[in-house]
Amino acid sequence: MSTPLSKLGTAALAVFGAIAFGVVALNRGETVNAIWLVIAAVCTYLIAYRIYGIFIAKYVISVDGNRQTPAVRYNDGLDYVPTNKYVLFGHHFAAIAGAGPLVGPVLAAQMGYLPGTLWILLGVVFAGAVQDFLVLMISTRRDGRSLGDIIRSEMGGPAGAVALVGVLLIMIIIVAILALVVVKALAGSPWGTFTVISTLPTAIIMGIYCRFIRPGHVGEMSVIGFVLLMAGLYFGQVISQSPDLAPLFTYDGKTLAIAIMIYGFVASVLPVWFLLAPRDYLTTFLKIGTIVALAIGIVFVMPDLKMPTITKFVDGTGPVFSGSWFPFLFITIACGAVSGFHALISSGTTPKMLESETQGTFIGYGGMLMESFVAIMAMIAASVIDPGVYFAMNSPAGLIGGDAVNAASVISSWGFVVTPDMLTQVAADVGEKTILSRAGGAPTLAVGMAHIFSGFLGGKALMGFWYHFAILFEALFILTTVDAGTRVARFMIQDMVGVVVPSFKATKSWTNNIIGSALSVAAWGYFLYAGVTDPLGGINTLWPLFGISNQMLAGIALIMCTVVLFKMKRGKVAWVPMFPAAWLLICTMDAGLQKVFSSDVKIGFFSHGAKFQAALEQNQILAPAKTLDQMSQIVMNDRVDGVMAAAFVLVVICMLVAGVIAVIKARGNPNVSTHEIGAQPGTVANA
Amino acid sequence: MLEEFRAFVQGVKQTGRLMVGVPDYDNYVRHRQTTHPDLPVMTYEEFFIERQNSRYGIGDGKFIRCC
Repeated sequence: MSTPLSKLGTAALAVFGAIAFGVVALNRGETVNAIWLVIAAVCTYLIAYRIYGIFIAKYVISVDGNRQTPAVRYNDGLDYVPTNKYVLFGHHFAAIAGAGPLVGPVLAAQMGYLPGTLWILLGVVFAGAVQDFLVLMISTRRDGRSLGDIIRSEMGGPAGAVALVGVLLIMIIIVAILALVVVKALAGSPWGTFTVISTLPTAIIMGIYCRFIRPGHVGEMSVIGFVLLMAGLYFGQVISQSPDLAPLFTYDGKTLAIAIMIYGFVASVLPVWFLLAPRDYLTTFLKIGTIVALAIGIVFVMPDLKMPTITKFVDGTGPVFSGSWFPFLFITIACGAVSGFHALISSGTTPKMLESETQGTFIGYGGMLMESFVAIMAMIAASVIDPGVYFAMNSPAGLIGGDAVNAASVISSWGFVVTPDMLTQVAADVGEKTILSRAGGAPTLAVGMAHIFSGFLGGKALMGFWYHFAILFEALFILTTVDAGTRVARFMIQDMVGVVVPSFKATKSWTNNIIGSALSVAAWGYFLYAGVTDPLGGINTLWPLFGISNQMLAGIALIMCTVVLFKMKRGKVAWVPMFPAAWLLICTMDAGLQKVFSSDVKIGFFSHGAKFQAALEQNQILAPAKTLDQMSQIVMNDRVDGVMAAAFVLVVICMLVAGVIAVIKARGNPNVSTHEIGAQPGTVANA
Repeated sequence: MLEEFRAFVQGVKQTGRLMVGVPDYDNYVRHRQTTHPDLPVMTYEEFFIERQNSRYGIGDGKFIRCC
């Protein structure tokens, strides 16, 4: 690492990266090419990996190639398998890369591309990749145990229990918000709706093929699935153009929300090979393929960024999400900068397959850098479309109205000049009736991707195809998460209720599964339905809750890493996880407290509820509610959302207290007080 | 050159399979033969079904992937 040549290489990267940053950040008035953003990001990653990643490996966690990993110790060819580092990198990346890094940056683009990009890069280097790497190593040295388990044993039972409640709340919010993204993309879109519905029979055919006809032939099954998907995409267009068939697949948000709830319930009680597994195969390969294609597309097409570097909306008056850049930018972009959910993956299957500790840096730190690059590409996709179109797609209908003329005049008054013709033209290009108020990231990303892909394949004629391909890709992905998330939440509910009613713990019982799934669907379904009927379009209200919860989990994971380092008597380098933990706690607490206490009705849940309550008492109806029933619904939703935000803040405070107590105890103890497995280098531990 | 290309294709295949939770079958067979020569070895079909059930049988601390 420290040969003169590699030092020279790092220095060259630094110079190159600095030039790219200069172009990206200092350019005023002229459009910047997206390629500069790519160069700045890649240079940042390479330098960070070579300096900070290696520093953490050497001096913070001290990876030791002689220490046995669980994969070697328990090698069974199944769960514990020493795996080639590139193969494992692929596995780990496929597990951490989700829809999150594609959505957050799109929403954050309302502040311009620079603030979000800076947070994605700084966040991943100092927080996200650090968390993933440290959790991976800590879990590897504890037989690949899960995050909840490690928190329980390192910080005590109560801390473990609080963390588990936190994880359950996150699961509920994640499933609700992702389902909402799908609803927003499919409402009133027969092409998209038909294509997504057609994935159900596709998945069932694949499931039966791979389980019974040709068991285990994943490749063949994937080809069949891909062909059927493309057929669905093609016939979706045919149907959308047919005046007789199109109405059969045109639904409003409420109907779609209920349909997704029914789907989530049914899918989660069916055997896994029927829907979940084949869908997961398809989404995994489609996701990797799309990410690679997007990267090639950006490099090949080299689109210009049309979004300004910074917009006036950094002050918190933006239409896409409310609140000023601090703390809300850091909440809006979670995955891609730092995602607490990764702590669950890094303490899942990956540590059981690590061949040697020395590969941890590449897989843990490097894997997260790769994920961050996906977020940068999402930011680029959102910034290559015209800002006026971007705001038309992402602003709530309550602000810009339902028709192109009104929307264009409102958005132009914000300083983003756009004509009604432009808005109807984009909709026509992608084969939709309207693109207004399609918040949630997926449609904007789809337009951006269609813009990039059509630049080298098919031109404008294929815009509609690429747009619906991107919608299909996100929807497929999210529906798999809905199924899996419902199962995870069900399991956790069964586990928690099982403490009181032991018979409820039996996960093989059909009755238990049906009750558990119903409870799980009811929980996320509530938030989904509230989001669909929300006057501000749902995403505006619910995305901050998701961001707060995800960052909160990252804070918890980093607190755990800090505690473990103090217990290892490495307090001197504990700042490495402590600094990002403190930052995340400040952001989540500030955002959470604002969501609870702010008197600004755009930000505070309770103040918004109080405003509607006051009007309700005088029998007044405030827009966008149309009836008194809707008024009380809004009041109720505000209260539930407020309680949820308060619960997250409370979880954070509990974990902080538990962390501080554990650190004080560890510092008072002159000895190493954590238990690592296989600590003596070179010795063979007993299995 | 050809050898290297073959190894690369093999690696891509393995990565693709592991992404959906199916580890290398040949490696499993080798492992069983060297460490437990007296015990039966699952056929590829059995192996696949066992892995599928294990990956998607969601339980404590098991998250197949991120949001």
